[in-house]
Amino acid sequence: MSDLKLGFPGNEKNENFETPDNVAPPWDATTKFSVMGKPHPRLEAEDKVTGRAKYSYDIRFPDLIYAKMLRSPHASARVKSIDISKAKALPGVLYSEARQGLTVRYAGQGVAGIAAETEEILDDALALIEVEYEVLPCAVTVEDAMAPGAPQVLNGPNVGGRPGRGKERVDAVHKDADIVVEAEYRTQVQTHSCFETHGCVCKFDDDGSLTVWASTQSTFFTKTAIARAARVRPENVTVITEHMGGGFGSKFGADDWDRFCVLAARATKRPCRYLLDRRAEHLIAGNRPDSIQKCRFSANKNGTLMGAWVESWGTAGVGRGAGVQNPTIYRFRAAGSEQKDVRTHAGRGRAFRAPRHPQGVFALEGMIDEVAFALGMDPLALRQKNDAHPVRSAQWPVGQKAIGWRKTPRGNGAVKIGYGCAGSRWGHNARPGDAVRCRIGKDGSVLFANGSQDLGTGTRTLIAILGAEELGVPLSFVDVRLGHTTDPYGHASGGSVTAPSIAPVVKQAAWLAKRELLEHIAKKIGGDPKKMELTDGDVLGGKKKITFKQACALLPVDSIDVTGDSRNVFRVPRFSREVAGVQFARVAVDTETGLVKVQKIVSVQDCGQIVNELTVRSQMLGGVIQGLSYALFENRLLDRNTGDMVNADLLNYKIAGARDMPEIETIPFNVAQGGTTAGVSSLGEPATVPTAGAIANAVSHAIDARVRSLPITPDKVLAALGAL
Amino acid sequence: MADDKIRVSRRDILRGAGAAAILGTALPASAKEAAAKAPAGLTRHGPGAVPVSIGLNGKAAKVMVEPRVTLLDALRDRLDLTGAKRICDRGACGGCTVWVNGKTVNSCTMLAIDAAGADVRTVEGLAQNGKLHAVQAAFVEHDALQCGFCTSGMVMSCAALLKNNPKPTLDEIKAGIAGNLCRCGTYGHIFNAVQEASR
Ligand code: FES
Ligand code: FES
Repeated sequence: MSDLKLGFPGNEKNENFETPDNVAPPWDATTKFSVMGKPHPRLEAEDKVTGRAKYSYDIRFPDLIYAKMLRSPHASARVKSIDISKAKALPGVLYSEARQGLTVRYAGQGVAGIAAETEEILDDALALIEVEYEVLPCAVTVEDAMAPGAPQVLNGPNVGGRPGRGKERVDAVHKDADIVVEAEYRTQVQTHSCFETHGCVCKFDDDGSLTVWASTQSTFFTKTAIARAARVRPENVTVITEHMGGGFGSKFGADDWDRFCVLAARATKRPCRYLLDRRAEHLIAGNRPDSIQKCRFSANKNGTLMGAWVESWGTAGVGRGAGVQNPTIYRFRAAGSEQKDVRTHAGRGRAFRAPRHPQGVFALEGMIDEVAFALGMDPLALRQKNDAHPVRSAQWPVGQKAIGWRKTPRGNGAVKIGYGCAGSRWGHNARPGDAVRCRIGKDGSVLFANGSQDLGTGTRTLIAILGAEELGVPLSFVDVRLGHTTDPYGHASGGSVTAPSIAPVVKQAAWLAKRELLEHIAKKIGGDPKKMELTDGDVLGGKKKITFKQACALLPVDSIDVTGDSRNVFRVPRFSREVAGVQFARVAVDTETGLVKVQKIVSVQDCGQIVNELTVRSQMLGGVIQGLSYALFENRLLDRNTGDMVNADLLNYKIAGARDMPEIETIPFNVAQGGTTAGVSSLGEPATVPTAGAIANAVSHAIDARVRSLPITPDKVLAALGAL
Repeated sequence: MADDKIRVSRRDILRGAGAAAILGTALPASAKEAAAKAPAGLTRHGPGAVPVSIGLNGKAAKVMVEPRVTLLDALRDRLDLTGAKRICDRGACGGCTVWVNGKTVNSCTMLAIDAAGADVRTVEGLAQNGKLHAVQAAFVEHDALQCGFCTSGMVMSCAALLKNNPKPTLDEIKAGIAGNLCRCGTYGHIFNAVQEASR
């Protein structure tokens, strides 16, 4: 029986744990790391700063052709006829498709497609297609789609969702409470705006096998989906994603345009590329659904939160999934929600970095502030009183200190300075199923291989660090191959599962390879392999000390090649049930112009066992910046009459730029988390959850009036001040 | 309407930009006739591909492109330099930033024929003799990139900034890359990298 020490300084606990014989011993709070936890530049950084890195968008062949679809400008219509003959007659047009009789349900839906020799011919050909539409009434807002007599978007009612449970109990608690606060919060639709748009390059070889370079968060889902679309056996399809330019939850599997691309490649026997243009990316490639959240919260005078009931409506366009994570985080006597999911004539919502959370937390944290002000309590104190999470409880004071928390706003004259905070919760989300290959060559080379993808989160480097740590060699010895489906299975990168899931498997693969290496070496140099160890590139504990490279040279075989999998590495006690985070904001609001300038954000984020301090900070930074962009700027604007998006570019769809940047202090909070032998946690999504809520609370604090709608634009600030 | 054809397309903007050239493209016949009757004093390019010579990363390069092809598309699709990216296709994001005669240009908003005779430098030509430019090295060190899709453009803008202003303040750095967007949110690390490179 060995002890496992979990937690963080000031809150540690011991768990009994016995490591099975065939499993790498888990890391815990007592582990002395040599590679892990330090800042390491990413492995592919040099390729990215020199332009050498090839994204799917960059894959070229001398005989490459280009595909693109003609997209409906109408949100609701029937295609009466398509005349594609002129386009087909254009020299250089190689393949086409016309979707006669199609019913259009959102602007941007594909009506016809062309593949051609060059992008210029493609544009000319698309302009020559003639489509006659019967334009039908559309509804693109929640209110319009719920109105009596609203056009039906798909079969079945426009309004769906989960019926709420427990409202009677919450109502009863409200009755007993000292105060009840009611308010309505709203959030907008945000598009993912991946900088590398969705799409792929498809190439058939003479033997009928297919290679797809896809911009995807799941090489393996894409492989299955493309194989089905092209009617090719999955074993004859290889998907490659060496580098990809952002996904944020919108890039799982193959889409309509990928199918068109692969069919064009097959028909023409030419490699074909289809990556969406910016407008299509906005319209059809995913978005975060909007929300209307009617909240009723209650509390007692002593600061005990009592009841919370939320009724919400939102739209994920023609899709479903418009719920919100509200109420959550804090301890209520009774809480619940009823969430309605309303279909509209608009592009389908997709998972977007922490689906449901930022919008829910914005409303939740606004309500907590409103309760605090109604009670005359410090909003931070109210949170701390009602937050039971062991990690978040330790984080609140850290953030408080870093931001210089103040109960009263500052500023005289027109510019007011306010402070706000918000919390987050997320699952640890380590999932079994990954496998990792580790190969140690006689020449001293070390390779880890897995078929999943690096979205820019730093997965490739994370694998190298974990592998080097467990093997006991310097990071520079290790190479990683990622993003080829010919390598062992790796999960789709969604739900922030990648790091926590793959970490113990990398560790396991490295451990197995190390044991095998030491057994070979023990025979050569003498010693008990069970007592030998590899540390910092040296083999210790044998009859003599040799280096890792010398040891490899002694191998009686060309290489050691093992595959670690997820069996047994997940059965480790865990420190806390959820990933915790808090953020604090300080903003300056000009009460004459309504302009909000965020001055500083502090993010304190539970990272579990930190693998790479540098990329951890990058993830936290990115989470905050996307959250800021969501809080102040981003807004998909649809014309209510035509259903078309009026700002489908990057000029009028504003995302945060360099000059919008506040000072951002990232405070990674290391927790020896357990749960797996590696103890690594989810990070990418929780890092963006509280930002909008914290900023909104700071704005309301500064101006002593509440803005309950995102994005917080100057007109809304002035309206809240009664100046509009 | 094609992906690219709704409202004003990039190529429409370029056509209307008043360049002293008439572009021969696969336009409808009437437009072609108009183009054929170019007023005196104007050069007529096209229709069809025309040869364009540029200085590219210190070497002479020649490419055959239709006059309507942007510098960005010529670099990426004809000259195999895929570092510069087409992200917004509108001059809004800076992902396609290259240097033309030493000045930063959004190559999606410049026609290849307008770069004829110019000295064009792309991110692939920034490192000298296998040694990374100080900005590139600092980007690596400070993790000033995540997905890396904006990175080529960012690097070119930051390197140009330091060329003109070797010791920029934080505000000057922000202003210097105000035309470059990053979706992953790397700005903070970019600021650190530029400050390091300016030391
Ligand atoms: S692609 Fe040229 S500025 Fe965005
Ligand atoms: S690093 Fe992904 S867009 Fe900048």
